[in-house]
Amino acid sequence: MTPAPDSTAATSSPGLVVEAVSHAFGPEPVLTEVSFALPAGKVGCLIGPSGCGKSTLLAMIGGLSRPDQGRIVHAFVRPAFAFQDPCLLPWRDARQNIAFGLKALPMGRTERDARAERLLGIVGLSEDDGDKFPHELSGGMRQRVALARALAIDPDLVLLDEPFSALDVGLRRQMQALVQRLIDARGLTTVLVTHDLAEAVRMADRIVVLSPRPARVAALHDIAVPHAARDDGFVHAEVGRLLADPATARALAVEPEASR
Amino acid sequence: MITLRARLAQALDYVWGGWGAAASLLLLVALWEAGHAAYGTLVLPSPRETFAALWRMTLDGRVWPAVVETSRNALVGFLGGVVVGGALGALAGLSDMMRRLLAPIATLMLGIPAIAWVVLSLLWFGGSGLAVVFTVLVTSAPIVFASAAEGVRSLDGALRRMARAFRVPRRVLVWDVYLPHMLSYLFPAVATALALSWKIAVMTELLSGAGGIGDGLATARVQVDTVKAMAWILVVVALLLAIEYLLLEPLRRRLLTWRRELPGAEARDMPGI
Repeated sequence: MTPAPDSTAATSSPGLVVEAVSHAFGPEPVLTEVSFALPAGKVGCLIGPSGCGKSTLLAMIGGLSRPDQGRIVHAFVRPAFAFQDPCLLPWRDARQNIAFGLKALPMGRTERDARAERLLGIVGLSEDDGDKFPHELSGGMRQRVALARALAIDPDLVLLDEPFSALDVGLRRQMQALVQRLIDARGLTTVLVTHDLAEAVRMADRIVVLSPRPARVAALHDIAVPHAARDDGFVHAEVGRLLADPATARALAVEPEASR
Repeated sequence: MITLRARLAQALDYVWGGWGAAASLLLLVALWEAGHAAYGTLVLPSPRETFAALWRMTLDGRVWPAVVETSRNALVGFLGGVVVGGALGALAGLSDMMRRLLAPIATLMLGIPAIAWVVLSLLWFGGSGLAVVFTVLVTSAPIVFASAAEGVRSLDGALRRMARAFRVPRRVLVWDVYLPHMLSYLFPAVATALALSWKIAVMTELLSGAGGIGDGLATARVQVDTVKAMAWILVVVALLLAIEYLLLEPLRRRLLTWRRELPGAEARDMPGI
């Protein structure tokens, strides 16, 4: 594997381009001609009704599967995933779970342990938490471990598949802020899948609205306001503004006037 | 991280826990002594006579070779049973068709009494160690089969996907994902099969005269020597206890710390973040 490009290399790369991607599971089309681009170092949000093929598209961006037609172009070499289910190994403690992804890299045990230890602190877990097995951790802590595992491999592309949707509201906000801080600090290109427009508005630089299955791009929205400046009032107003767009509202199955 | 000190404390804890077991075993010895007092040596020799006989037999060099022979036969048969049962079970877990084909056979094999296998293996292999190995193998394989099938079937697709997303090499996939999962399913069945394999081995040896502990028991029976018979039984019991407490129980604790069922795990669960 090639050495990890540092963040400056990532920013100068052209980012992510999805070009006319179509895909079908058997006879059933899932994605039709989906195209969008995301500059490097930005956060993109794929939003759409459940089952519209967002996760399928995310898996393709991460190189886990190939589209039937179209292509996905990017220069990232080390994508990292975090899923809605944290997918921790039940038989490994938190620390070992964080180090799991590092086993794919040419790295000695000592360095692996040191990195896992560092990440444990970065996502706000204590030394003691590191010794705990997944069933001993709360839902929020498990999601933190999953996040630490993704960041541990020093990714240049972060792919988040509804990582907050299983958490309750307060916890979700906390985790969103944490993720935002971590990816901002590293200037990481990020693709976040969600079905929550408020979450998209809070976190994304570019929102790609997908229509119900078979998905096509219904609308593209850019949000130029810096992440730090997006308070509750802004999010509320922006969600309203986006839902005033008929294409967006239709895709998300909300009546245009019924802003949330 | 688990320090050496914590490990030592755990080990001491484990050994200390042995007092309870020792107390209950000594109670049994007391009952045994009472039985001896009531019925006499021919029916139930006293513990002291029995231990003395066992000591004499050991000094004569009869016990150790028998233990080795029985253990070897039991272990070979057991390992064969685990490999055959595990492999067929894995096949049944992977393919629905194989499961439908194999599961009834496994159930049927499980239903055949061990003693029937002893008779068959004597007819097929005569009074050799092979008869013992075969009997142990066919009795332990179906026990392992069902849990291997269940283990493979329940391999979490999400974990596999996660491992693929992180592009871990196959070695890591097997070692960190597949094996621990399979072990948690296989372990109870394998432990049962291991304990059973010694008993089956002794039984087969007794009937086949193929040497080992069973042969010693057969000789004691022919000589109507209850003391010797009891001494051999002690040997078997000691072996089983050693396997259970020196091998299986520590392994069980080590392998399954991550499981919720472990006492104390619930208490450490924390609400909130």
